[in-house]
Amino acid sequence: MQLDRDTLAESYRTMATIRAFEERVGADSLSGLIPGFVHLYAGEEASATGICLELGEKDWIGSNHRGHGHCIAKGSSVEGMMLEIYAREGGLCGGKGGSMHIADLSVGMLGANGIVGGGAPLAVGAALSAKTLKTGGVCVGFIGDGASNQGTTAEAMTMAVVLKVPVIFVIENNGYGEFTAVSYHSGGIDLAARAASFGMEAHKVDGTDFFAVNELAREVIAKTRATNMPAVIEVAVNRWHGHFTGDPQAYRSAEELATVRLSDPLVIFKKRVIEAGLLPQELFDKIDGEVADRIDSAARAAIAAPPPDISTVTTDVYVSY
Amino acid sequence: MAKKSMRTAINEAIRLEMRRDPTVILMGEDVAGGQGGSADVTDAFGGVLGVTKGLYTEFGPSRVIDTPIIESAIMGTAAGAAVSGLRPIAELMFSDFIGVCYDQIFNQAAKFRYMFGGKAQTPMVMRSMTGAGLRAAAQHSQSLHALFTMVPGLKVVVPSGAYDAKGLLIEAIRDNDPVIFLEHKAMYDLEEEVPDEAYTIPFGEANVLREGKDVTIVALARMVRFSMEAAANLSKLGIEVTVIDPRTTSPLDTDTILESVAETGRLVVVDEANPRCSFATDVAALVADQGFKYLKAPIKLVTAPHAPVPFAPNLEDAYIPNAAKIEAAVLSIVAAGGRNAA
Ligand SMILES: Cc1ncc(C[n+]2csc(CCOP(=O)(O)OP(=O)(O)O)c2C)c(N)n1
Ligand SMILES: [Mg+2]
Repeated sequence: MQLDRDTLAESYRTMATIRAFEERVGADSLSGLIPGFVHLYAGEEASATGICLELGEKDWIGSNHRGHGHCIAKGSSVEGMMLEIYAREGGLCGGKGGSMHIADLSVGMLGANGIVGGGAPLAVGAALSAKTLKTGGVCVGFIGDGASNQGTTAEAMTMAVVLKVPVIFVIENNGYGEFTAVSYHSGGIDLAARAASFGMEAHKVDGTDFFAVNELAREVIAKTRATNMPAVIEVAVNRWHGHFTGDPQAYRSAEELATVRLSDPLVIFKKRVIEAGLLPQELFDKIDGEVADRIDSAARAAIAAPPPDISTVTTDVYVSY
Repeated sequence: MAKKSMRTAINEAIRLEMRRDPTVILMGEDVAGGQGGSADVTDAFGGVLGVTKGLYTEFGPSRVIDTPIIESAIMGTAAGAAVSGLRPIAELMFSDFIGVCYDQIFNQAAKFRYMFGGKAQTPMVMRSMTGAGLRAAAQHSQSLHALFTMVPGLKVVVPSGAYDAKGLLIEAIRDNDPVIFLEHKAMYDLEEEVPDEAYTIPFGEANVLREGKDVTIVALARMVRFSMEAAANLSKLGIEVTVIDPRTTSPLDTDTILESVAETGRLVVVDEANPRCSFATDVAALVADQGFKYLKAPIKLVTAPHAPVPFAPNLEDAYIPNAAKIEAAVLSIVAAGGRNAA
């Protein structure tokens, strides 16, 4: 383990924040407090956290419809996110985007995306900016196993290889595209191997293990940053909830539903760190308590906040018109 | 006759046509749902809003085909299958996703017959969800019928209820041209009397839902409902309107619209879509061009603003045309031109 104690604690805090955020948003979506479609990232926390830990202010990420975890890991304010998701004034997108379109350009978050496969080319674009403007930055494009089949993803990978831009495609393989399993929707092929065939180094990692994700990310991102060579990381993760809140998940067996949460990335992290004598249990308990309070007050503040002003329906369409 | 939701009516139309004609197939993302999952179910969803539920069980995997999330290939496969012997119904989950696969529809399917000198037939139906109202924001709520209507070679159907949806969809499946069939997602649960058996409603024949002497309202899909609501309220004020639902924007029943405007002399077009180069401007242009002599007042358009669909419920409600806005538009021209004598 190469991470110092503060970084370990902060990484755990990020994962715990994502988990608590998703559990709260999931409950408030089901009860009707949150409008629209909501896709939860719970179970996948170690992916966004382990990868974004290797990114700095000049780096970008592109995201998808399951984007809350990416946002939090890249440093968006949970308060601003909550306001957005609850459709309130002061939300990160002024209440115009909602869960599926959260964007926070101020922290290098290019936006969630309602179009499956829409984000991969955008990530290449941000990497092109970084290369052209010589910022030293890279872009990580988070895409799902389902999105990995889209033509836009294939085109983006081709573009990245041809232009030699510093983009890392992270395929979060959670086993499903909506209600269809990856074994069916990708014809049983190896997603990392397919990506590699575009001419990039491709790696696979267990996404329940924060340390494995982070160590791989450190190596791959450093190399891409130094060489402008795109790369791929396929992260195997578990989707704890349905595709969206309210999905009865009839396509998952009772056994799968009973076991899907057994390898909990937060529990695995804690166990490793405590056993290595790096941080005490009490510190984790303290962080859990602080995170719970923060999420609760952010949600309460969002619920109490006013809706966006009606006059904003027609603002922000253009910069000038 | 039983009351059925638009969801059930659409499901019945597909089921009856698949029973009648073995070349009809259904394909799309999770039209069955659950393939490859651990639960060993074969029909877990029946489409994201349950419209195609049960079809997989009856017709099996060779005719009810779950696809990966690859819309270009879905539409292109359907177009290729249609010119070569099948009658595919290809589902594009949300019509907003047409951005991913428009080429296969407008450069391929729509053009074959003309480009090939009348030799090709492309009997495919693209079914897709349209419209706002579900707080689904800018990429899942658009009304894009104009995008299809402007393309020669495509027929475009925008039903306003369960009865019409069933008859128009059966007509679409039997039609030998590519048909775009747009289902308003906020109307799936609305019920109407719908016969159990198959029936067809011809394209290009408007439905006149209500006749009144003062103003003609032309509206599509959910806007037909709001126009009827407005009509009832206006009637209490002594203003009688005609409500016309063209049902198909291509072909368009121009005669019914022009004949009505000839009687009322006033036109309001209600369209949930954005206002520029739209169905609303198309109907307004038709009447300005061919019915100018009948007009007693300016044509009024009630549309969404020139902006994407917002997420927040209060913004979305302000965005979508409603009965109050339709009433205001009618009142503005009745006041301008005076009411017609009984
Ligand atoms: C172009 C497009 N097609 C379909 C959808 C509907 N849809 C939203 S998420 C999703 C599944 C995506 O699967 P995956 O990429 O594996 O991401 P996951 O949801 O598993 O995180 C689908 C089909 C969409 N939003 N956009
Ligand atoms: Mg997935």
